[in-house]
Amino acid sequence: MSERPTFGPSRAELRRFLRVFLGRGPVVFGAVVVTVFLILAVLGPLIAPYDPYFQDLNNVLSNPSRVHLLGTDSLGRDTLSRLIYGARITLVVGVVAVGMGAVIGTALGLVAGFTGGMTNTVIMRLIDALMAVPPLMFALVLSAMLGGGVKNVMVAVGLSLLPAFARLMCGQALTVKENDYVLAAKAMGARKLFIMLRHVLPNSLSPLIVQVTMTMGGAILMEASLSFLGLGIKPPQAAWGAMVFDGYRYLTTHPVLSFAPGAAVMLVVFAFNMVGDGLRDALDPRLRGLL
Amino acid sequence: MLFILSIVIFLVMRLLPGDPILMLITGDELSQSSEERIQALRREFGLDRPLPLQYLSWLKDVLRGDLGTSIVHRDKVEVEIRRRLPITIHLGVSAFALGILLGIPLGIISAVRRGTWWDSIVTFLANLGITAPPFWLGVLLIYFLGLYLKLLPIFGYTSPLEDFWMSVRQAIMPVICLAVYPVAATARQTRSSMLEVIPQDYIRTAWAKGLTERLVIARHALKNALIPVATLQGIILRFVLGGSVIVETVFNIPGMGRLAVEAIVAQDYPVVQGVILVVGIITILINLLVDLLYVFLDPRIRYE
Repeated sequence: MSERPTFGPSRAELRRFLRVFLGRGPVVFGAVVVTVFLILAVLGPLIAPYDPYFQDLNNVLSNPSRVHLLGTDSLGRDTLSRLIYGARITLVVGVVAVGMGAVIGTALGLVAGFTGGMTNTVIMRLIDALMAVPPLMFALVLSAMLGGGVKNVMVAVGLSLLPAFARLMCGQALTVKENDYVLAAKAMGARKLFIMLRHVLPNSLSPLIVQVTMTMGGAILMEASLSFLGLGIKPPQAAWGAMVFDGYRYLTTHPVLSFAPGAAVMLVVFAFNMVGDGLRDALDPRLRGLL
Repeated sequence: MLFILSIVIFLVMRLLPGDPILMLITGDELSQSSEERIQALRREFGLDRPLPLQYLSWLKDVLRGDLGTSIVHRDKVEVEIRRRLPITIHLGVSAFALGILLGIPLGIISAVRRGTWWDSIVTFLANLGITAPPFWLGVLLIYFLGLYLKLLPIFGYTSPLEDFWMSVRQAIMPVICLAVYPVAATARQTRSSMLEVIPQDYIRTAWAKGLTERLVIARHALKNALIPVATLQGIILRFVLGGSVIVETVFNIPGMGRLAVEAIVAQDYPVVQGVILVVGIITILINLLVDLLYVFLDPRIRYE
């Protein structure tokens, strides 16, 4: 008993994780973009050159220049500053929505998969029914009925992401619960909740982590789409989707007004997907030894 | 499943705070509308009755093919949907077909020629393609192809039966918007499942038998690689249906997607319920088709 028991991944495992994760160019690019995005979202007010809500009515629709790098919009607001503030809204909505969908969805899937029988049937039938509607349409209905705004968009997007998590976790629970250590825990008289939280959940974490990063991109895209349709985050708040829509009216003369926020959405979604891809390769046990 | 979906969508519409009558009245005559007028409208649309009764009478009508009457336009919902659904199907099926016709060959080529510049380009474009926001793609296309190069009309829809060439020209941009994700996602999935199949023993056997590359790839590798691709088509379908909401708004196309947006904005209960139900039916039918496709692709799968 000379060695102390260690928890979590060992040094070698961590090294392999980093080697695989950082081994592909696009993944590194994604990780860098995500980092920059996080910094902008947190430190936005310190970095943005202007107040994103200040309307300089003497200087509307100005072209990109030294003073306003991306020009100003129809109310004379600085586009670059609005983009930077938009990062914060995008991030908050994305994180909260994905968190909500992941926590509730995972809990439902865990209970359904582990308990089986009638509980499984009831929960999964409900999830199947929700899966029959495109998530974007479901989110649109929820957001409109709740009345839009940041909070309601989070709820709407979160609930529409929930079925995917429930299905993933249910499948995981069904596989993991057949393992001997679960049987051993049962034989020791452990309670169901304890087994679920202590054995089944931790052993399903890898695919969940991958799903969370992949879903971040989807959530951001969904929020932008809702805001673009006018059923998401309302003006004057600087949401990227709404900015694309605002700029759309001045497309002939000032295309940058809708190109820039759209490019921001695409870049961030691309980055999150790449990070998700990298995590999947690095965490997938089937690839151990191959990569 | 449809039954559960009908209950869920009914409850979502009724229990959340929105109210179509108030939306209708704020539109034109808020100042003169008295409480009595609101009550009268509520009674007219049966919104004053207890929820279970409202649901049962709606369900009874739906089973007879009657989806109710729009609160805003007072049109029959099923008539409206029947008029707009073909438009959405025309654009959606075109995008779906492009996804399969372009995506699978691209995926095969980049898997077979793994590591070449051709593979890098396809993989990069596919990764980009699955992230492109459809609304932004629409804006870009309108700017470059419509306004700058003046090649294509920037909005509207014409039935191919009415004016074939006009219809094709108007459909090009919306279909591209809808097809980018299907093509990219299908190419990615085809590539990765081909890469899983190619190292298998039976492929080596096929090569050893002296078969041509074309035969090995098409007959032996592709058929085994297609199952995950078929599964993906279910997800793509949901994307195309959801994307129609956006694309039809951007290009001002009077299809079912825009009907959904208009109804959702006006909180027009019967129309939203009808559209969601129809979308649900389409999704379930396509998923059934995918399940049947499995049997064709993998003879080990049998449905009793």
